[in-house]
Amino acid sequence: MSLHTLSVLVEDKPGVLTRVAGLFAARGFNIDSLAVGPTERPGLSRMTIVVNVENKTLEQITKQLNKLIHVIKILEHEPSETVERELMLVKVRAEGEARARVLEFCQVFRVRVSDATHQTLTIEATGSPDKLTALLALLEDFGIVELARTGRIALTRGDRGIRERSLKSTRAAGSDDQTDWTGGGV
Amino acid sequence: MKVTGAQALFKSLEGEGVDIVFGIPGGAILPAYDPLLDSSVRHVLCRHEQGAGHAAEGYAWATGKVGVAMATSGPGGCNLVTALADAKMDSVPMVAITGQVPTPVVGNDAFQEADITGITMPITKHNILVTDPGAVAESIREAFHIARTGRPGPVLVDLPKDVLVNETTWSWPDSINLPGYKPTTKGNLRQVAEASRLIMKAKRPVLYVGGGVIKAEATKELMKLATLAQLPVVTTLMARGAFPDSHELCLGMPGMHGNYTAVMSLQKSDLLIALGARFDDRVTGKLDAFAPDAAVIHVDIDPAEIGKNRVAAVPIVGDCKDVIAKLTADLTKRQDEAGGVPDRKAWLAQLDEWKSAFPYRYDQQPDGPLKPQFCIERLYEAAGSDAIVVSGVGQHQMWASQFWRFEQPRHWINSGGLGTMGFAVPAALGAAAGQPKKRVIAIDGDGCFQMTAQELATSTTENIPFVTAIINNAYLGMVRQWQELFYKERYSQVYLSYDTPDYVKLAEAYGCVGLRAEHPDEVDAVIEKALSITDRSVVIDFRVDSNEMCFPMVPAGASNDDIIVGPEGLKRAQDPAEAPIA
Repeated sequence: MSLHTLSVLVEDKPGVLTRVAGLFAARGFNIDSLAVGPTERPGLSRMTIVVNVENKTLEQITKQLNKLIHVIKILEHEPSETVERELMLVKVRAEGEARARVLEFCQVFRVRVSDATHQTLTIEATGSPDKLTALLALLEDFGIVELARTGRIALTRGDRGIRERSLKSTRAAGSDDQTDWTGGGV
Repeated sequence: MKVTGAQALFKSLEGEGVDIVFGIPGGAILPAYDPLLDSSVRHVLCRHEQGAGHAAEGYAWATGKVGVAMATSGPGGCNLVTALADAKMDSVPMVAITGQVPTPVVGNDAFQEADITGITMPITKHNILVTDPGAVAESIREAFHIARTGRPGPVLVDLPKDVLVNETTWSWPDSINLPGYKPTTKGNLRQVAEASRLIMKAKRPVLYVGGGVIKAEATKELMKLATLAQLPVVTTLMARGAFPDSHELCLGMPGMHGNYTAVMSLQKSDLLIALGARFDDRVTGKLDAFAPDAAVIHVDIDPAEIGKNRVAAVPIVGDCKDVIAKLTADLTKRQDEAGGVPDRKAWLAQLDEWKSAFPYRYDQQPDGPLKPQFCIERLYEAAGSDAIVVSGVGQHQMWASQFWRFEQPRHWINSGGLGTMGFAVPAALGAAAGQPKKRVIAIDGDGCFQMTAQELATSTTENIPFVTAIINNAYLGMVRQWQELFYKERYSQVYLSYDTPDYVKLAEAYGCVGLRAEHPDEVDAVIEKALSITDRSVVIDFRVDSNEMCFPMVPAGASNDDIIVGPEGLKRAQDPAEAPIA
């Protein structure tokens, strides 16, 4: 099993999130994180889905997702060719001496303090998932009051967008090269 | 032109060429039932929405066209759920139209409200909640397009009452805009060539033919391919009739209750050419032990089926009609170059040997209890291969598939994937409505029959006659068989009784003719009588031996190599913990 990041371009229709989430549940696929938002094109939304599965399962997931009428395109991100980011808000205990140390870590990780009380600091951190996990590990020592993470979002490096790309694994499934398979659907 | 949403609905159905709708009116769908009176579309008033759903399926199976069912909101839609799930599993093209509470109260727990698009999401190919009368035509057009193209399936269109009542300007969309829906239909030529190369090399090839071949209307192409390359053919439960049973290359049905030759041909094969089949567990048995020496060429229009259960050496995504034709063309070339069909005489001889050594069999004693297989065989002898046969689920279904001889596609209709008891009577109604010139015969179990028998009333009032042959063994027979084999004959909740209800009286109460046969020597006369009646439906109560079991059998979870051909090979489980998982 390993982590895979998928970008799924969907039509912005009512219920599309339910369809995608329901498909994962019905077929027993686990979602590690899911982030949804608008794209550069009106009417299209982008879901970034992180799954922890074996390659064979990943292939089934992408194929089943492609069958949803509202799914336009799916891209599996190659980690080395991908910019991945996540936003995290964390409220951490920071009284007395601890306060200075928390602020020091914030500087080291180049993250911002967005709210403060006498007892706590609320930190706003963006970055790669690894960076956020590392920061969180440090902050845990002080006592975390509350934590919210957006789940990761991802774009492929280089000058091409997702709409010019296609999903490799479905090509390999023997479809006709002439056809833009990733139109999806069965 | 100004029209109401309801008028737009019927104009759209007419535009799609719909001739029959199966349904039941109710509160939220009421506005649609008024323009129905002025429409060319015939409405068949069913007695239960599940019946309407299965009737739409039966119609689709028999005609190849999209079946349409209509129901009201809430319970109406909920009662369609089984039929939709059935259609999804068996890739039956179907459109369900449901009423919905008015949009202002959607989400308010209004009377007869159910979130039917939410409920049916996982059991439909797609569904649409229409929120504007101006979108009715477009939604219906999309629904039919999605239902009938690619891998066919059910689509539900939910129409709130205000959408049906409010007015819009009529326009029929001349194109469909579904950017996320472009099924691949053309097979890749390089893959086809690779498949063809493997076939030329294969010593023990088998064509493993599934329902996709019938859906793709590819049976002529299949015949060409099989005869050109002398490839033996198994037809799965979904594909009975895709290749004629009388053909020398036909091995019949594989699977849990398939015949020995078909099962073994797959097991011993070195090349499976799967055409529109999905390696279902009822065919493969224990997956790891299925066809261990075979490479697989897998042709399917649904890429998700390829590699789902079995890795394919040569995957080909495409419509079976297109791919089989390309494959035949390529093979013709190769066989011409090679100077003919590769020598596979030993393999074909082996298959023939199995065929004669292990036919389906049963033992009907002249004075003994009536055997179900005997009834079905006699019925076949009288009705012939031109009749459309519909079955429910269980022992009777397997016997029907085993002992009927299917010579043409769309003459066998059953619930394969979902295994829906109660499918046969309403599906026969739908088939008879779609093929009024054909004789339609439902072969049903007594358990199945009681789940949806009310559609006999529909058959009478709508004048859509068909014959129902109840294989009445007084039990939920398949469950009983499992309890006998795997639960130490501890029969639990399977006894139904031969005579409650009295099926002859029940038939008569519904305006049908009721007949009964209890002894082998009564069978032919009863069948002759039944087939002589064409102006109304007939129900035959065949009271058959409760002890008869369905063979051959590969117990669930066992390897196909462990096939049991008859009762003498049985090893009853001594401990229920050993019972296979269904």
